Amino acid sequence: MSFITRGFSGAGRERDPRLPPGQTLVADWPVLSAGPTPDVSTDDWSFSIRTESGLTRWTWDEVLALGVEDVTVDIHCVTHWTKLDMDWRGVSLDRVFEKVETSADFVMVHSHGGYTTNIALEDLLDGKAWIATEAEGEPLEPEHGGPARLLVPALYFWKSAKWVRGLVMMDDDEPGFWEQNGYHMHGDPWTEERYW
Amino acid sequence: MPETVSARRIVLDVPGWPGNDAGSHLDVRLTAPDGYQASRSYSIASYGPSPQVLLSVDEIPTGEVSPFLTGELRVGDQIEVHGPLGAYFVWRPTGFGSTTGPVQLIGGGSGIVPLYAIARAAADADRVADFRLLSSVRSPDNQFFDTELDALAAAGLRIDRIYTREAPAGWPVAPGRLTRETLAAAIPDATTIERSYVCGPTPFVEAVADWLIALGHAPGTIRTERFGG
Repeated sequence: MSFITRGFSGAGRERDPRLPPGQTLVADWPVLSAGPTPDVSTDDWSFSIRTESGLTRWTWDEVLALGVEDVTVDIHCVTHWTKLDMDWRGVSLDRVFEKVETSADFVMVHSHGGYTTNIALEDLLDGKAWIATEAEGEPLEPEHGGPARLLVPALYFWKSAKWVRGLVMMDDDEPGFWEQNGYHMHGDPWTEERYW
Repeated sequence: MPETVSARRIVLDVPGWPGNDAGSHLDVRLTAPDGYQASRSYSIASYGPSPQVLLSVDEIPTGEVSPFLTGELRVGDQIEVHGPLGAYFVWRPTGFGSTTGPVQLIGGGSGIVPLYAIARAAADADRVADFRLLSSVRSPDNQFFDTELDALAAAGLRIDRIYTREAPAGWPVAPGRLTRETLAAAIPDATTIERSYVCGPTPFVEAVADWLIALGHAPGTIRTERFGG
């Protein structure tokens, strides 16, 4: 429960209504990762989805051929920063899942470097998630997840896995990397689902 | 009490604090009379079961929370904290998160704070001989936990100090930023290190982690914590 902090008035009086609770606006783009930045070229990169019936794989060019779109979204990091109106370019997961049949409700996202994060399938479909390859008009920098990262702006940004390489469908919601290390299974910024 | 020329050491009495691992962090949330709130994460310099939590906060002059903590906060004030947080950038003497072999700690500026907690935990567990610390700071005035580090060195912690702008009088090398070459010269061979912890500003951590990989460290052995933009 919050209480008034003696002597604190705060710097920002105008609070943008797009800022979720506990978040501060940033103009730059901080970097957060649990380990070093992997070096992945688009020639080596591929994306796969493993379901109960097998594996589907796309090369870099095959993913882009599914249809690249431009989106402008706000991103919210659990470490209390928010960046508004970011321009991204990527392929909607709706396109990717068009040819995938599964009865599983949950997804484990896997990245180069070993990172994982769990997301409910419903949080990835209907225009809610992309495989992003560009941000702010430039190819995605390696430290920000390039060549490709997941973009799931409705959830805290640790769910938008950098250096994404594939999804594994799961019947049950199993914890990924940060979720095993104290972070929330779902991660909605508006209800501050930060930690267990 | 002052920590460095720009940082302040803060001891919080946290009723109900469950104790914390060495290397973990907490969130501080400040609330203005009109309900405006600001939250930031800070690494914890203490560890163990004590409900007294030690922070060392570097003032970011353009910031909102750190100038309050370094300039306004007084003994007896109450502030809201959440934690402890983080179960990855931590070290434990046994079990999950523990090590059995050599550990290299590398801190830039205030990035030393969680590494100091880890070094203390290692010393208290009689494991400090396995640990080395490389500390990079602008000048001697900017060294966090200066006297405590000397005590840890006396207890067997190997400490390598890098001064980027100004070195103490008589220091054998001219001040300068850490480079891949100075890093390679200061730390043992990659094959002998079980785990590295790297903490500091993002550009420092990015550079050091890349160099460690170039020097043959397996990515899975490198744990990083990045501060600020």
